[in-house]
Amino acid sequence: MTSPVRKAAIGIFAAAFALAATGSTIAPVSAADPGVTDTEIVLGGTHPYSGPASAYGNIGKGIGAYFSYVNDKGGVNGRKIKYIDKDDGYSPPQAVQLVHQMVEQDKVFAIFDTLGTAVNTAIRPYLNQNGVPQLFVATGASTWGHDYQKFPWTIGWQPDYQAEAALYAQDILLNHPKAKIGVLYQNDDYGEDYNVGLKRGLGKHQDQIVKMASYETTDPSVGSQISTLKASGADVFLIFATPKFAIQAMVIAAQQSWHPTIYLNNVSGAVPFMNAAAKAGGLSAVNGVISTIYLKDPANHARYAGDAGMKLYNEIMTKYLPSADKDDGNYLYGVSIAYTMCDVLKKAGKDLTRKKVMDIATNLVEKDNPWAYPGVMIRTSPTFRYPITQMIAAKWLATDWSPTGLLVDTRAMTMAEK
Amino acid sequence: MPRPNAGLLTRVAIAVAVIALLPWVVPSFLVFDLIYVASYAIAILGLIILTGMNGQISLGHGAFMALGGYVVAVLAHSAGWPYWIGVPLAAIASGVAGLLIGLVALRLAGVYLALATFSLAVATPSFLKHYKSITGGFDGMSLQPVQAPAGVPLSGQQWLYYVAWAVAGVVFLLSALLVRGQFGRALRALRDNPIAAVSFGVNPYFYKTAAFGWSAVLAGIAGGFYAIPTAYVSPDTFTSALSITLLIGAVLGGISTFWGALVGGIVVEFLPLVAQQINAAAPSVVYGVALILVMMFLPDGIVGGLLRLTYRFRRAPPQPALESSTPSAAPVTVGPQSRE
Repeated sequence: MTSPVRKAAIGIFAAAFALAATGSTIAPVSAADPGVTDTEIVLGGTHPYSGPASAYGNIGKGIGAYFSYVNDKGGVNGRKIKYIDKDDGYSPPQAVQLVHQMVEQDKVFAIFDTLGTAVNTAIRPYLNQNGVPQLFVATGASTWGHDYQKFPWTIGWQPDYQAEAALYAQDILLNHPKAKIGVLYQNDDYGEDYNVGLKRGLGKHQDQIVKMASYETTDPSVGSQISTLKASGADVFLIFATPKFAIQAMVIAAQQSWHPTIYLNNVSGAVPFMNAAAKAGGLSAVNGVISTIYLKDPANHARYAGDAGMKLYNEIMTKYLPSADKDDGNYLYGVSIAYTMCDVLKKAGKDLTRKKVMDIATNLVEKDNPWAYPGVMIRTSPTFRYPITQMIAAKWLATDWSPTGLLVDTRAMTMAEK
Repeated sequence: MPRPNAGLLTRVAIAVAVIALLPWVVPSFLVFDLIYVASYAIAILGLIILTGMNGQISLGHGAFMALGGYVVAVLAHSAGWPYWIGVPLAAIASGVAGLLIGLVALRLAGVYLALATFSLAVATPSFLKHYKSITGGFDGMSLQPVQAPAGVPLSGQQWLYYVAWAVAGVVFLLSALLVRGQFGRALRALRDNPIAAVSFGVNPYFYKTAAFGWSAVLAGIAGGFYAIPTAYVSPDTFTSALSITLLIGAVLGGISTFWGALVGGIVVEFLPLVAQQINAAAPSVVYGVALILVMMFLPDGIVGGLLRLTYRFRRAPPQPALESSTPSAAPVTVGPQSRE
């Protein structure tokens, strides 16, 4: 029985050597950067379409919808955008492998909007080593703006969590100077970033924090944390949590007849979440909650009834993602960030190189993003790489967010810290 | 002790030749993916010994991979120790942990053991987050990419590929030597009929604990070769899903032969990627359907299915399984499924 096997072995050897011989003649590298032809720009990205964070996958779908819209309008400077978007399951090794494939096989021009702090931290060294732009990563960790000297090819987009928390601290010191502060936070980098920002914002008033309680994403409920916070006598309550736990926190506090002034982080403040909390805990659970806004809220139909940007959003969604729930802010985030991407490509002009795109992305002034909250600009400089720094505080009154006060720019504050 | 037959040696020679030549044939990103195949194959090999041969179901081997990966990462990141010291230490650390867990496992069987080990896998990410000062917490740790030693005309990636597969070769060989003869027979006897085995003088405590320890050693090494190509570790790298993936790989590949580890490694690495090509919107659905199909039509895994096909083709009946202690694709289906 060995002879056929041996023959097969010899055959495989021969074939492999033949292939090896042809494989070694590598095609000459062309002068232009990969991923750009006269008719096409290839971008790559990964999102969690499966796994624990799959709700964020809708951001990738929103991006795809916007690129389809732009392509149908003729593309960017005559080039169509091809967006290779893969599922990383929120897993860093998976993302690293996909990004290798995108850079080495698919020859993408740039990586755009990969999602998650761990995923982006994992792929960052490889992309920077190879000079591939890692544009507008979907995470609010402060490292994207902070560590640009080490990783010049990487840039974030959304406001960083530390700045957001510092804003709440300012608001507390202004409106509740005698506050006794209780904090609920998620026990990871995300919660930690908020805590750092809060303490920085409070400065010498840090001792007004009377209790900090953490939870794990695997916890079934934050009930016991709320009890401890209530028992601490706190009268201002900050929630630095992902939506599921934020809703629980508001509902359980109301059920325990604890009615502090609540500050809620932006990512958990979308209208569907607030409605869910109101439904379960009554209006008293959510009324008067304070949060921040930097994008328009697609679920807020009344406020944006006549808004041109929101009209366009609805058109795009109806045409390219007809079965999607338009009220989901993740889609709007995707459409909005894809707008910035196209804006950068457009400004980089016909003669497209990676370096040029990076130059544009770090010298950006974008005042007309149709889905940014009115007045919010996307602004960067080579030494200041926090694209969105403006936010407005908003108070939940009965059925929607009412912006209070003025748009606040945390730019100066962030600059002073660096 | 029976000698390995010529057919087996030929198959091994072919496998080695293919592995040696692949980096010169396939695109560079695929070489990168194949490093992960080596890592998966080593970890799945451990499960084949533990679950396939000894009948102890573990849904927690991702935790041993995490331990291995973090030992390598912490030593490299904090102390600047090279990977070639880190990986053996990872194997030792993970083996010790495996022996300890194995002692606990003695008191549990079947689904209870599966649940207990799964709790390990679930607890691992929280544990890693908690000991921030050592593990870097949620942010994890970045590592230096591998460079080929001076004078070796290979890219860092190719070098790592060869090292990973050389290590895989060594652990496959060591495992084969280990489960040949008495040790392997004792493991199988304890799986099939513990009471009879014990009455013949097989010490269940020793063999079951040893099987657990050795499979953890393999998982620890695999964890090292999971962390090094990624050049980054974080709690998200070693989620509980990884443990399930390993068991899926063992079952899909074929839990009754060592070749199952190789095939299982290939499957768990590439099935998610292929699933995305088929349907980008719902890769997990494609993945699930593929799983169900394999379970339905290839109950002995892919290797088992291939063997059956070969024998049908050759019109020769499969040889009886349990006598053969050849640790590989000899005409063997020693898994529980074959005992109809």
